[in-house]
Amino acid sequence: MIPAAFTYHRPASVAEAVRLLAELGDDARPLAGGHSLVPMMKLRLASPEHLVDLHGIGTLKGASREADRIVIGAMTTQHELLHSDLALTAVPILRETIMQVADPQVRYRGTVGGNVANGDPGNDLPALMMTLGADYRLEGPAGARTVAARDFYQGAYATVLAPGEILTAVSIPVPPPGHGYAYEKLKRKVGDYATAAAAVILTMRGGTVATCSIGLTNLADTPLLADKAASLVVGTTLDDATLRSAGAAAAAIMAPAADGRGPSDYRKHVGGIMVMRALKRAAEQAR
Amino acid sequence: MPSQTKKTQIGMMVNGAQVDGLVEPRLLLVHFIRENLQLTGTHIGCETTHCGACTVDCDGMSVKSCTIFAIQADGCEITTIEGMANPDGTLSALQEGFRMMHGLQCGFCTPGMIMRAHRLLKENPNPDDAEIRHGISGNLCRCTGYQNIVKAIRYAAAKINGTEFQEAAE
Repeated sequence: MIPAAFTYHRPASVAEAVRLLAELGDDARPLAGGHSLVPMMKLRLASPEHLVDLHGIGTLKGASREADRIVIGAMTTQHELLHSDLALTAVPILRETIMQVADPQVRYRGTVGGNVANGDPGNDLPALMMTLGADYRLEGPAGARTVAARDFYQGAYATVLAPGEILTAVSIPVPPPGHGYAYEKLKRKVGDYATAAAAVILTMRGGTVATCSIGLTNLADTPLLADKAASLVVGTTLDDATLRSAGAAAAAIMAPAADGRGPSDYRKHVGGIMVMRALKRAAEQAR
Repeated sequence: MPSQTKKTQIGMMVNGAQVDGLVEPRLLLVHFIRENLQLTGTHIGCETTHCGACTVDCDGMSVKSCTIFAIQADGCEITTIEGMANPDGTLSALQEGFRMMHGLQCGFCTPGMIMRAHRLLKENPNPDDAEIRHGISGNLCRCTGYQNIVKAIRYAAAKINGTEFQEAAE
């Protein structure tokens, strides 16, 4: 389990990292926490000739508030975010979601940017960021641009990132005070990717759902937004019949692979249940 | 712009002593610790970032040393199981806890368990059972001796906090 040889680069700025990645092209990979890439390199499923380690870029660390948004630097680790009162107070669903990402050791190294940028449909943060309506800041040879999380994912490990471009920050609009939230994740064991998971952010007004968004993890080649299911619950009290129809509407867009986590039909079935549980818990919590 | 293709000189503090080495970038930290430094208490279990047997403390973080490159630990402060005994050579609270509560059977996972528990207790000096179980969820014990591992960690927490602990091992 020894990776192929590579050249190690440790740039000190985003500009330098972008220049290196653009210059080195397909032979180079950016290295964030490394807890997806390094295992792949040890298995020789990935053998980049150059690793561009982003740990030397101080500006990519930390969470801050910018007007009505929380902006998280891409190299902020999941562990650091779990200790950011600023981010967790404004966006409390971050805590319960991150607590279900992998295990403590992985969270000390694993970064927010790596988790969302890698395009792994099993990662938990992409669907969460779509549910929250977050944007990603991308910086590349052609300059910087902002892409909505919901427009970022194209397929398994395929994203809109252009050659030489890196994701430098995640910007989350702060959900309204009193919103309800839940991330329900079914997994075989702690640390596993989701068999099925659902994120819900909603607001209630006078006992009925005023706004709702629902995201799905590991139930297709990309994270999904269950827009139809979300619109079905708006204006209702989330009675049992509505919950069931929302679960069914969400399940209708799921296309999970059959794998060690179960056959496709099973994963769709439990996916619908995760949606119903997340809706219910989010509604109970909303004020 | 620093970049390295061939062997590179690195240095770090390991168990309080400065160590240096000439390493290829692809050398994993666990191999540097076990082979270059001959500190074989840090174990290699799965090599796939699951089992936690290779856990060491790195700049105040529990890390799986099979999943970072030694070159990335350049300048870091590392503690391994060899650095866990008290300065006079007696067992530290955690080591004593694992002994008294029979927190090990085959012992393979133990160095990683102790290194993870060390950081857990630094961050949360008085964890309840659920917090301990969540805290060691990145460490697998194939003997499945978790009951006594949890007790061992509670024993250590009580000893460090100066409180009473009267339970027996199971």
